[in-house]
Amino acid sequence: MNQDSLAYLPASKLARLLASGELTSVELSRSVLERAEHLNAQVNAFLGWDGEDLMAQAEASDKRRKADKALGFFDGIPVALKNNIAVKGSLLTCGSRMLENFVSPYDATVVERMKAAGMLVWGRLNMDEFAMGSSTETSYFGSTANPWDLTRTPGGSSGGSAAALAAGMSPITLGSDTGGSIRQPAAFCGIYGLKPTYGRVSRYGLVAFASSLDQIGPFGHCVEDVARMMEVLCGVDPKDSSSYPAPVSPFHAELELALTGGRPMVLGLPVEYFKEDGLDPAVRRAMDEVVAYYKGIGWQIKDVSLPNSHLAVPTYYVIATAEASSNLARFDGIRYTHRSESASDAVDVYFKSRGEGFGEEVKRRIILGTFVLSSGYHDAYYLKAQLVRTLIRNDFSKAFGEVDLVLTPTTPSPAFVRGERITDPLQMYLNDIYTICPNLTGLPAISVPCGFASQNLPVGFQLIAPHFEEVRLLTAARAYEKGNDWHTRHPAL
Amino acid sequence: MEHIDIGYTAKLARLELSKDEQELYSAQLGRILEYFHVLSSVDTSGVEPTAHANPLHNVLREDVAVPGFGAGPALANAPQQREDQVLVPRVIE
Repeated sequence: MNQDSLAYLPASKLARLLASGELTSVELSRSVLERAEHLNAQVNAFLGWDGEDLMAQAEASDKRRKADKALGFFDGIPVALKNNIAVKGSLLTCGSRMLENFVSPYDATVVERMKAAGMLVWGRLNMDEFAMGSSTETSYFGSTANPWDLTRTPGGSSGGSAAALAAGMSPITLGSDTGGSIRQPAAFCGIYGLKPTYGRVSRYGLVAFASSLDQIGPFGHCVEDVARMMEVLCGVDPKDSSSYPAPVSPFHAELELALTGGRPMVLGLPVEYFKEDGLDPAVRRAMDEVVAYYKGIGWQIKDVSLPNSHLAVPTYYVIATAEASSNLARFDGIRYTHRSESASDAVDVYFKSRGEGFGEEVKRRIILGTFVLSSGYHDAYYLKAQLVRTLIRNDFSKAFGEVDLVLTPTTPSPAFVRGERITDPLQMYLNDIYTICPNLTGLPAISVPCGFASQNLPVGFQLIAPHFEEVRLLTAARAYEKGNDWHTRHPAL
Repeated sequence: MEHIDIGYTAKLARLELSKDEQELYSAQLGRILEYFHVLSSVDTSGVEPTAHANPLHNVLREDVAVPGFGAGPALANAPQQREDQVLVPRVIE
């Protein structure tokens, strides 16, 4: 098989080819490398990779399999990571000049778990600087292109992860999601992306942006890939005190069981989300078709109200910037970051190193976050946002008393043109309107590809489930996937 | 319109900003705060704040020492080091 015939095969399909002996991990890895070398100049999804290391891991995997000692279903499958997830001995730049030369001294817990499952951890994927952005344009190392239209953004902040997968450059990728940073790029690139329940996946080794909102999650070509990847990633971790001891189930098997034996589900459409003037007609049309499909398989669609949804964006940006300004205080020029050479004394090292090391969006958010936490403004902004966060959480609790899942568009519009919004931060923030509530509430959510707007631009819808109900989420995504083939279409590259 | 004293706030954040950056942020953040203003009119009386979305509180473990990095790996990224310590410009004259 050549690189192009393997490029878009789902990881679960590749894993079956490895298990049956029709494919070796060395062959697969070679094709992945060739494709990345061929395409990355156009897409700039990867900041870098170590090809020799990938091939060495592939050889070790093939040896294990030959000895009948495969470590798991995904043994031998390459997985590329957003460059804010720590891999021992590898650069961990977070798309920032501040960490341009930072080499991680340890593995993130998710990396340990993937290695224990025999997966080949390779490749550093581009991202908005410190995950702050919705277009992968704030990276210090240049922006990433959308494989469907190179003049457009792949979304962000995990734009590299989405673009690499959509372009067939790695069969599975990981991103992180603080306000939609997995789901929005998944929608823009026509693939699946899941943000787990807060606490499902350990954050140890994920560089912190907003600690009460951040979660690591997978991108995949099909629901099974996402479900099986969740089985590798999930689990309580003593190194992350916010990780939750929820039972980890065989998601991929449970969802099939739920699909064949389960009752039809009730999906809730938030009436407020469809009143929005900003909703693109193509997205609205795609949503109508999604609703029609679910009705067609006998599921019930019900209006629900999320009366505080208009407060979500300001609430999110107060909380996220406040937490970011605190988390990013560690990058001080002293211990492991960029250090300014022109500082006049020790205190000046802080000011100059941070001024030189951080880019425009990160500085903007540090200032905003510092302001909303500062004496005299804390109660009016930060505390107020935490109170409204409770109201938003209550809205969803009430909705889940009536419906099994909430169904929304993932984004108000398809992928926008690079450079178009980067000069207007408020307009960029408004792009997150549908994705931020699952972060504020800790709820799990997935973006599912559901068609195309004009100019061949992918559109996605979002499903939101109650806490720790990932199986329900995946079951509904799979029910849609069974009758639609949008996820099997790929960009012409 | 709410006003952010950018110079003062940047000082709190130990962040050097150029004059151009200060002007840019001053205009942009004014507009963003204006947008945030909708929060102030929300009735939140009797509501408890949500700090995080997790049902966990006070996660404890046994106080047992485990191996950590040695000085070598811990200092590998330090901009300057000497005798297993981070080197910084003189603090006290």
